Amino acid sequence: MEDAARLLQLVVNGAAAGCIYGLIALGFVLIYKATEMVNFAQGDIMMLGGFVAYTMITHFGLNYWLGALLAIAVTAAFGFVLDALILRRVIGQPQFAVVMLTLGLGFIFRAGAGIGWGYDSVGFNTPFTNKTVAIGHLVLGEDNLSIIVGTVLLCAVLYVFFSKTRLGVAMQASSQNQLAAYYMGIPVRTVFSLIWAISAGVAAVAGILLSPVSMIDVNMGFLGIKAFAAAVIGGFGSIPGALVGGVIVGVVEQLAGYYLPAGFQEVTSNVVLLAMLILRPQGLFAELTGKRV
Amino acid sequence: MRYLFRTDYRQDISVARHGGDLFWYGLLLFVMFVIPLVMGEFYVGELGGVFIFAIAGVALMLLVGYTGLISLGHAAFLGIGAYVNSVLLSRGVPFAITLPAAGLFTAICGAAIGLPTLRMSGLYLAIATLAFGSIVGTVFQKWESVTGGFDGFAVPTPSILGINLDGATGIYYASFVVLLFVIWVAVNILRSPMGRAMVAIRDSEVSAQSMGIHLARYKAMAFAISAGMTGLAGALFAHYVRFLAPDAFDVLLSVQFVTIVFVGGLGSIQGAIFGALFVRLLPQFIAIVRDDLPFGIGRLPGLEPSLFGLVLVLVILFQPDGINGLWQKAKHWFTAYPFKRQQSSRRQKSYAKSERLR
Repeated sequence: MEDAARLLQLVVNGAAAGCIYGLIALGFVLIYKATEMVNFAQGDIMMLGGFVAYTMITHFGLNYWLGALLAIAVTAAFGFVLDALILRRVIGQPQFAVVMLTLGLGFIFRAGAGIGWGYDSVGFNTPFTNKTVAIGHLVLGEDNLSIIVGTVLLCAVLYVFFSKTRLGVAMQASSQNQLAAYYMGIPVRTVFSLIWAISAGVAAVAGILLSPVSMIDVNMGFLGIKAFAAAVIGGFGSIPGALVGGVIVGVVEQLAGYYLPAGFQEVTSNVVLLAMLILRPQGLFAELTGKRV
Repeated sequence: MRYLFRTDYRQDISVARHGGDLFWYGLLLFVMFVIPLVMGEFYVGELGGVFIFAIAGVALMLLVGYTGLISLGHAAFLGIGAYVNSVLLSRGVPFAITLPAAGLFTAICGAAIGLPTLRMSGLYLAIATLAFGSIVGTVFQKWESVTGGFDGFAVPTPSILGINLDGATGIYYASFVVLLFVIWVAVNILRSPMGRAMVAIRDSEVSAQSMGIHLARYKAMAFAISAGMTGLAGALFAHYVRFLAPDAFDVLLSVQFVTIVFVGGLGSIQGAIFGALFVRLLPQFIAIVRDDLPFGIGRLPGLEPSLFGLVLVLVILFQPDGINGLWQKAKHWFTAYPFKRQQSSRRQKSYAKSERLR
């Protein structure tokens, strides 16, 4: 019983960490599906979102919920501007130029955050900090549960948005066929910028949900590397795949940290990623079937 | 203005385009050989560092500039080369064997990581090499019995033909010879069928495949050759820093290598050299002007990585041809004087190439 409870606890903790990876990966996937770009700065945008929330809540003294909402809105606006001003210009350049561009932007964001908020770790009070829920033998932190619940809620909102609203359907259309979307009168460029905004907003949500578990600091963007594993497991084009992949990576990482000697936990996500690329490179939820000539 | 009138195929594939090339490169070669005789220890050491980065730059240029694949894990290959070379040397193997062994072993590692990932699009290689780099970094830290972990690893002095390669001058000549060898290999690959296959893959995978080019094989070969050359650079790098610490081979170093390629100018061997000069001299430049910058900018902790990021962003947005492109433009301005027009160097409009089936 003791063992089963511990295992379950590890799984829940892993799933919580995995939801964060899944949310970052969701950002990759949204942008990749729409524009075939991969945003290597996604983790750094999450970091910016966390810092903005910290400013809203600690410096401006706002309520947690209001501050979080404002931070998400600000980060989303930042994502919109980022695409409209910078990334739109490199459409047509080779794919690896975009990789390097976003990587360079990530370095700049990190330095900018260092100048603006300093290099120390910061945190803010949330309604979930240091609270636990006991279910029988199982003791779960409310912070971890809040991540899981928050992710599920966010996914429900995104699902409704993409399937029921005009704008969501327009976004799906522009990702599926750019030219046809133009013919239907969809302002594809604005829609792409809005997709960047959504993806930045999702990253901000990840940063805010993560803050009770780990502090916000300049280098938290490196979580983005783990999120690649999540996206690749999911097949890089599939939204549910990204979340499932995230949870898989998170749980495997927790179990590896518990059962394997020290040092293995850090590389688990990378090993999982490489193994996935060797065994099933198209991912669990493959969408790519071939190439256009 | 010089017009090249080619009359046979040999002339078309020859390395030197005309006599002027031979003269200027010969002069450059001579100058580089006498530099240690006339310049101070510090400058010779710095130039040695530039040569080592130029080797890695040429290696990555073959991959990024000519095959159109990107690797964010070349620091790991540099590290593998460095550790293989140093560990073998400390076991008493002569330098003449450890240097090629480092290159060969790294090339095998490159093929091992390249073969599975290259079946997918180039993006997957970027992600896979990023993951590989971080795994290798952790291995360097944890495998203490071989690498010494965080305590580091003192690299023995290499000697070749009875001459000890110690001090800045020894490293300078060793890296210079290896750099010449690497450039010679790269140039000859590029004018062989393999080089043309690589360029074809870069320009369009689909059309390369329909011309009968075996995509996975050529990509894996390009990747292995690039990794092997970086391994050679790593072996020399070990002697350059003299003391190996595992945290030297992190993502930032990989990004620096890619910066070499982008800043230097994609698709030109000269670009790799220009880029290496830029990347090695930028930190020196920062160190000189650090105290004179206003608002304490010089003392910000993340200055160097963010400057690399900024330069990368600016180059990709505004000068995709890099330093080599600027050089070509300047040359064009002089040779065509006074006929240079605004339109002469206008960039062609480019369109997004989709990888999807629609």
